[in-house]
Amino acid sequence: MAAGKKEPVVVTGLGALDKPASGLLTWVDQRFPLMENWKTHLSEYYAPKNFNFWYFFGSLAMLVLVIQIVTGIFLVMHYKPDAAKAFESVEYIMREVPWGWLVRYMHSTGASMFFVVIYLHMFRGLIYGSYRKPRELIWVFGVMIFLCLMGEAFFGYLLPWGQMSYWGAQVIVNLASAIPVIGPDLAIWVRGDFVVGDATLNRFFSFHVIALPLVLLGLVAAHILALHEVGSNNPDGIDIKENKDPKTGIPVDGIPFHPYYTVHDIFGVVVFLMVFSAIVFFAPEMGGYFLEYNNFIPADPLKTPAHIAPVWYFTPYYSILRAMVWNFFWIDAKVWGVVAMGASTVIFFFLPWLDRSPVRSIRYRPTLHIYIYATFVVAFLILGYLGTLPPSPVGELVSQICTVIYFAFFLGMPWWSRWGQFKPVPARLTM
Amino acid sequence: MSNDQPDDNGRRNAIVATSVVGGIGALCTAYPFVSTFAPSEKARAAGAPVEVDIAQLKEGERMVVEWRGKPVWILKRSKEMLDSLAKTESKVADPKSERKPSELTPEYCRNQARSIKPEILVAVGICSHLGCSPSGPFPTGANVALGTTWASCARATAPPSTWPAACGKPSPRRTTSRFRRTCT
Repeated sequence: MAAGKKEPVVVTGLGALDKPASGLLTWVDQRFPLMENWKTHLSEYYAPKNFNFWYFFGSLAMLVLVIQIVTGIFLVMHYKPDAAKAFESVEYIMREVPWGWLVRYMHSTGASMFFVVIYLHMFRGLIYGSYRKPRELIWVFGVMIFLCLMGEAFFGYLLPWGQMSYWGAQVIVNLASAIPVIGPDLAIWVRGDFVVGDATLNRFFSFHVIALPLVLLGLVAAHILALHEVGSNNPDGIDIKENKDPKTGIPVDGIPFHPYYTVHDIFGVVVFLMVFSAIVFFAPEMGGYFLEYNNFIPADPLKTPAHIAPVWYFTPYYSILRAMVWNFFWIDAKVWGVVAMGASTVIFFFLPWLDRSPVRSIRYRPTLHIYIYATFVVAFLILGYLGTLPPSPVGELVSQICTVIYFAFFLGMPWWSRWGQFKPVPARLTM
Repeated sequence: MSNDQPDDNGRRNAIVATSVVGGIGALCTAYPFVSTFAPSEKARAAGAPVEVDIAQLKEGERMVVEWRGKPVWILKRSKEMLDSLAKTESKVADPKSERKPSELTPEYCRNQARSIKPEILVAVGICSHLGCSPSGPFPTGANVALGTTWASCARATAPPSTWPAACGKPSPRRTTSRFRRTCT
């Protein structure tokens, strides 16, 4: 930059405008807090020095967000949100638009990889207690991002207008009709028609390409601002701000995000893109898990496919929905299913207040806790697997057991998180 | 606003009044936007009656026509099928279709056959559970969604098929009621 010749002037107040601008950067800084933000968020944002494998997924989530936005912009140039043309226009992108197949496969693979990355990112928060005070709001914004992503995925999935798009949307919108009294009218209001149709497709398109992305970007900004306000957690779960260099006031266990973690994250990006490309080029359908086979058949409102299953990232919650088969208190099992499914996602919000453990990180928790976390993860994975299968008596029982484990993990947390013998927490980071 | 300032009741009331009026204005503005979500006049008009010639429909046969984008089943029942209604009556949750009358069944169909003429059944082929269209007919015997005592509804010759997976495994009471509404 032009300011290279002289010592850069740090501009903080209006008084600095009295000085003549020396170079472009100073000129900009007198009018916009460019260097100030660069410092706050990158070159002088001190992150704990012991980030490990699990800390790649935050920046990877940002990368996938960018991939989704860029590929999405190009897809919209060729896609037609019209029930009569949507399926055809996706095939047109796949077969006739030059490189259209690549852009579309990047977008469809990106959707699944977004959830892979986000689930791992959330798991990181879970095991290192990253949601604990003072990071509750980071977590709350994160869960909102997660819900927003689920909305993006759901609305986006209708757009190819295949059989699974259509009947998946039909089933999920009909869940709204389970709500007592207002349910049936609500379902019609959401669809804009008496069945999923052109009106539904158009509004889902609008949500998918403009409404939710705007909300998503705002939430991501809030997530990062909140993070940079309180500072990053780390695998030890201790506060690096409690041990600052007396002269500089910089945490002794902190290193500037740029260049240390920017370079570190670029390494993560390279590895991630290798995996991502391998999927895009060699297994974009991922055996029916990323792109379901039934979705290569155009939507037919008169014929339901024999087996309706959501895409893999929704299957744990779908299993919880299906696990509720009893009519309690004269309320239909369907309503309980919807309530349980909703609760299973919303319950994440309360994690910062459910966890009463005296330490943040799994490293200093009793061994018992590791088993509890492991049980939860296994139950979650089983629920996810069962959600991809047609219903069966055994599957139903197993999914009911796993649903109980899922909720017991959260609701029992105020108690079990205090059980056992905790290990001593070090004063300084361990590498 | 800072609470250190001395209270100025006149100004405070003005702020409350402005906020209330502004809020009402915001709600009034939101109303048309929320209303655009409702089915359009065109979508409502598409609900107009559809005429179907059923002269060619043979006994025990079912045909599917589209109305409001939904599949409508027209089944011509045989004597045997009609007789089976009485046999299964005890297993059906709502044999005369009297439950939720305003929502589900028009008055002329609140009877055992759930139809105007007993031999002609007309039903929207969309399950009231989650909106799937069952793919029957279902052969006699055990079925993952219909239980173990399923009596075939149309002397099926079609290959075995199951209910769509989203239906899950409903309770027997619900199954029979659904069987009633869609297949009998």
